[in-house]
Amino acid sequence: MNQPLDIPHDRLVDHKRRRFLAAGSLTVSFALMPGAAVLAQRKTEDAAPVAAAGAAKLPGNLSSTPLLDSWIRIDEQGKITVYTGKAELGTGIRTAFIQIAAEELQVAPAAINLITADTGLTPNEGYTAGSHSTADSGTAIYNAAAQVRALLLQSAAEKLGVPADTLRAADGVISTQDGRKLNYGEAVSGLDLHRNAEPTSPLRDPKQHNLIGTSVPRVDIPGKVSGGASYVQDMRLPGMVHARAVRAPSYGARLLKADVEGVEKMPGVVKVVQDGSYLAVVAEDEWQAIRAMRALTSSAEWEETARLFSPDALYDTLMKMPAREIHVGDRHGQAEPGVKTLQARYTKPFLSHGSIGPSCAIAHMEGDKLTVWTHAQGVFPLRGGLAELMGMKPADIRCIHVPGAGCYGHNAADDVAADAALIARAVPGRPVRVQWMREHEHNCEPYGPAMVTDVKASLDASGRVVDWQYEIWSNSHNQRIDNAGRLMPSNYLAKPFVPAPPQPIPMPEGGGDRNSLPLYNFANYNVQHHFLPDMPIRVSAHRGLGAFMNIFTIETFMDDLAAAAEADPVAFRLRHLDDPRARDVIELAAKEFGWDPKRKHVPNRGVGFAFAQYKNLMSYMAIAVEIEVVPETGQIRIERVVAAVDTGQIVNPDGVRNQIEGGIIQSASWALFEQVRFDEHRIHTFDWSTYPILRFSDVPLKIDVHLIDRPGAPFLGAGEASQGPTSAVLGNAIANATGRRIRQLPLAPRLQDTYTA
Amino acid sequence: MSSKKKAAWTVGAVIVIGVAAALAYARQPAIPPLAQAPAASANQSLLAQGARLAELGDCMQCHTAKDGKPYAGGEPLATPFGTIYTTNITPDVETGIGGWTQEAFARALRKGVSRDGHLLYPAFPYPHFTRMSDEDIAALYAYMMARTPVHAPAKANALSFPLNFRPLVAGWNLLFLDEGPLPQPARTQSAEWLRGRYLVEGAGHCASCHTPMNALGAEKSSQPYAGGLIDGWNVPPLNALTLARKPWTVDQITAYLRTGIASEHSAAAGPMLPVAHHLANAPESDVRAIATYLMSLQPPVPAQPAAPAPAAAAESQPLSPGAALFNASCAGCHSAAAPMRSLGDRPALELGSTLNADSPRNAIQMVLNGNPWTGSSAAHYMPPFANVLTDQQIADVLAYARSTYAQRPAWNDLPAAVAAIRKENSK
Amino acid sequence: MVKLTVNGVEHDLDIDPSMPLLYALRNHLELNGAKYGCGLGQCGACTVIVGGKPVFSCLTPVSAVGARPVRTIEGLGTPEQPSALQKAFIDKQAAQCGYCIAGMVMRAQALLDERPGATEAEIREHMQPNLCRCGTHMRIISAIVDASQTLRKQRQAENQTARQAVAAIESGDQA
Repeated sequence: MNQPLDIPHDRLVDHKRRRFLAAGSLTVSFALMPGAAVLAQRKTEDAAPVAAAGAAKLPGNLSSTPLLDSWIRIDEQGKITVYTGKAELGTGIRTAFIQIAAEELQVAPAAINLITADTGLTPNEGYTAGSHSTADSGTAIYNAAAQVRALLLQSAAEKLGVPADTLRAADGVISTQDGRKLNYGEAVSGLDLHRNAEPTSPLRDPKQHNLIGTSVPRVDIPGKVSGGASYVQDMRLPGMVHARAVRAPSYGARLLKADVEGVEKMPGVVKVVQDGSYLAVVAEDEWQAIRAMRALTSSAEWEETARLFSPDALYDTLMKMPAREIHVGDRHGQAEPGVKTLQARYTKPFLSHGSIGPSCAIAHMEGDKLTVWTHAQGVFPLRGGLAELMGMKPADIRCIHVPGAGCYGHNAADDVAADAALIARAVPGRPVRVQWMREHEHNCEPYGPAMVTDVKASLDASGRVVDWQYEIWSNSHNQRIDNAGRLMPSNYLAKPFVPAPPQPIPMPEGGGDRNSLPLYNFANYNVQHHFLPDMPIRVSAHRGLGAFMNIFTIETFMDDLAAAAEADPVAFRLRHLDDPRARDVIELAAKEFGWDPKRKHVPNRGVGFAFAQYKNLMSYMAIAVEIEVVPETGQIRIERVVAAVDTGQIVNPDGVRNQIEGGIIQSASWALFEQVRFDEHRIHTFDWSTYPILRFSDVPLKIDVHLIDRPGAPFLGAGEASQGPTSAVLGNAIANATGRRIRQLPLAPRLQDTYTA
Repeated sequence: MSSKKKAAWTVGAVIVIGVAAALAYARQPAIPPLAQAPAASANQSLLAQGARLAELGDCMQCHTAKDGKPYAGGEPLATPFGTIYTTNITPDVETGIGGWTQEAFARALRKGVSRDGHLLYPAFPYPHFTRMSDEDIAALYAYMMARTPVHAPAKANALSFPLNFRPLVAGWNLLFLDEGPLPQPARTQSAEWLRGRYLVEGAGHCASCHTPMNALGAEKSSQPYAGGLIDGWNVPPLNALTLARKPWTVDQITAYLRTGIASEHSAAAGPMLPVAHHLANAPESDVRAIATYLMSLQPPVPAQPAAPAPAAAAESQPLSPGAALFNASCAGCHSAAAPMRSLGDRPALELGSTLNADSPRNAIQMVLNGNPWTGSSAAHYMPPFANVLTDQQIADVLAYARSTYAQRPAWNDLPAAVAAIRKENSK
Repeated sequence: MVKLTVNGVEHDLDIDPSMPLLYALRNHLELNGAKYGCGLGQCGACTVIVGGKPVFSCLTPVSAVGARPVRTIEGLGTPEQPSALQKAFIDKQAAQCGYCIAGMVMRAQALLDERPGATEAEIREHMQPNLCRCGTHMRIISAIVDASQTLRKQRQAENQTARQAVAAIESGDQA
């Protein structure tokens, strides 16, 4: 049923299904965990399991979860349940996957009951990250549904005594040419879907699509605009208690004392949990928990030892830190001699995810079984981390994804689940709801790393780029739950867990080097990644990872090169691009924007252009903007934005538009305003006043997104296509408007500086 | 002579002198207009100097209407004599100062005379700008002429008779305008002090708000920097900074003016907030000079016992009404262990002048209005409570904060004061 | 005991008078709309309408509400029968993660209650206290503009009907 999300607190644990999964598919655990099965994870950001050795190559994540009934089950009443290991983070994939399944199964969307990310019920698809959801899970469902439909028809054919190709399936009913009917419940009787998928599927002809490619309204929106229970924050379980953690004021601080006894006497307080420097309080009522937290915080004394960066020397320090050298890629070819060489350095600060709703989780310890309701991006990796943390078997822990606020990468969702588990152990038998405070989410979550990029390129006499040298300095962009030590609360226990050492994500996905290989047809290039393993400030995946900074660098530098070549920025890019899909989005954006190479400069007004293909593998996007700058205030008014996007076969056009518009505004905020504040000892970002993000006053006046649909082509994902290009297009428009090229993010504060220097 | 009689004599004298002056001086000669605005200067360092002066002088603050284009005027200034609308000082020829020569510009700043010879109201603080050097006026002129011209005709002032009769200003000028640069100081002073005095008494025109006004709208020369009342806010005196709960210092003043917050005091709010925004763009050395000069105006730091620490937040007892309100509405930011204090290094509530002042006016304004966002920038933000708390509740929570944090004698008639200020604000 | 009138219903709640309204709504009246976003009055995810004004329920003590009526998003309409504003949000698909949306709707509702027909510029300015991190702003504005126009037409139609009724009475008709 396509209702607004039901909070599954009354869902019984399906023991039969769990046994199926244990037998029939791979279970995720971690190489560093004692006694766990060693398993292979894809070396991609989503770390989904890889196919078993020797397995047939199956589409999407069918490769690692080949059983059809891991994805689709139909009971004899005709109820259809579809399973995905991915989670609805607010991007709309719930609706998109319902569309995909309904299209291939030929039923109405309302007939699909979609279950998402649950270690007790769904396939393990790693993390919902890196724009892999529609590409890998959507593809699996697409193919599984088509194959299930064919099996249903086959089963019906046998029952009805006609050839399968004379049958028609529509709306859950299979009909013969002479009008006899069987519904899916009847057709599935005797049909065992517990079988591996085939490598190819009888996918419907895209020309016949009646759901894929349609802007089906999102199934979760009506509930969200009327107070429906939609988030983990909305769950109310019988006997539930409320908890708050007391966080250290800086990394690794040691708790010297706190008034545990006094706070335990406060009204409603059930318990104060103290384990080494880990401190939390549980109360019957949420406000009681907050008052107790305040009292406990007020009484707590800490010994602080953290050494962070000096804010004025951040980038210099990064560039001097010990590095693991990663040669990202190179190309060597014949070219005319370079006659003009340009070079520049760019910097990016630490960026916060800035989730509007601070992270929340509920954990319930019943006997030796732990259930955790969480909005973490990866329920299977989380379960593995919690198993190590709690000294439990993974099979005794169930992690169920329930949506939270948008996370935009690795925020505190996993950490709060660890809090909930630790506290639930101290209050067994009662569900424990832990809500992080705003200041903790801002102050303690892992940030997108600060980065430095250096680029140097040469033009030949005809204005063509003949050589390109690129270097990146960055910490890891991926400190996800490889072990319990990656769960921050575990670092404060009396017997602390230590985070596993950082591992770079290899190309073609990349981490800090994501999108660092130029897509352009430069005859020669060399890209080097100085991977910095020391992390004085806590970092991890932030939407797009290195792509945001690398595209900002590449696309603003391309404009500088175009100017040096006396070429129009759009023509310059087209000259260096062969991929027809790349050219298509550039030409479409330029046309819809009315890009005029002969445009006359108007003081304080500017236009800009930028392009990227996410990871050089996924969606293509070109974007143009027109801005006005107010030099006296440094204010930047974004007047109009035109974007052209190719995400492969589009499932839900409005859904893609929503993601692209959203990414444009989010990236504008990152690029113009955002930076985490800190000094040598502490992070000083703790709220929106110390980490301002774009408000309505700075929202563009107009955004138009033009979509190029590629029916039948692979799904490419839309969630991270716009962040890189948007940062660059703003940099380019500002340079165009003011004649000043700013290479340090965020851009807006520096714009003001350039007028009064 | 009673002060009422004195005032009456003063007014009488002004009217007599004014009429005489009106006849003699009221109409100054017009300086012929330029046919078009001068080309914007290419001298980047001159423009940068002009930009800095504009920030130090806070010109944009008055000469820009809410949601208006910079320097295009139209901002209403509430004076005791009615409303004056600021003028368009963009280089638009028809409605701005695009037709003004540098000579005309300098005359306006030094004498309060417009290009066409009419007298400007001293709401434009030319008695301060008259202190500016030729060089600085030239830089400011270059900067203003490089602004984007905006076509925005002046709005008619709403002044009550007889003050809408401009020639009376001539008399006012005779009494209150001391033209030209500042005299040499009595004693030798450091370069920093001299620079500070030049800025404070000149372009900075601090006394326009920080000195009380007499009945004729001029600064009371007998009470320099003794404070004032602007836009419903008490303007603190600048001659008693060492008498604050923690005595101000040069460092604290410099930080306050440049960043909008002082760690031993509080955040800039109300009409002072935009001043801090603009001084953030001025060179640190200039702001430090301002602070140095201001500190020289102070009485010596008194020997006083350290103020007692506020009573610990009473979390476990049943709370009084004021305490309950504080707990829900204020404690999340303002209690001693709040993240704003521990992670944000923001000053304690009891240190600011607001909660310690004899008058509750500023405290009431803070609670009613909060401290706003400015676009999407960082801010020392506080939410407004006008729609959340009633007058009585604001009175209760302020009484609680005053007694528990500032530990000063209670303010009188708080509910009535809140109601009165709320009514003022709604006009 | 604290008395609160929420969406037209009076409640007697045995709660701490210093409790912010947000927690009373969520935990004691089991209303999901208003959300915890910051507890500091900076993001607006907790916005409800008290006494006709939009307020941050995270900073409104229950003891301060008194007799002032409290309206939450649950009081505006249901998925089956949405209010004009809720319907506009659904029609424009004005949500991504959706966490900020209930606060946006209540903030906007307060404006439209006073100014049906509010312009886009007025709407943008009015919404400044509320944050959205997913970047759904364009659709949020578009939905509020849409509802603003719907409500203006409704108000005009209501005024028209009222004028006709008055005219009928004045001319002596007993319709």
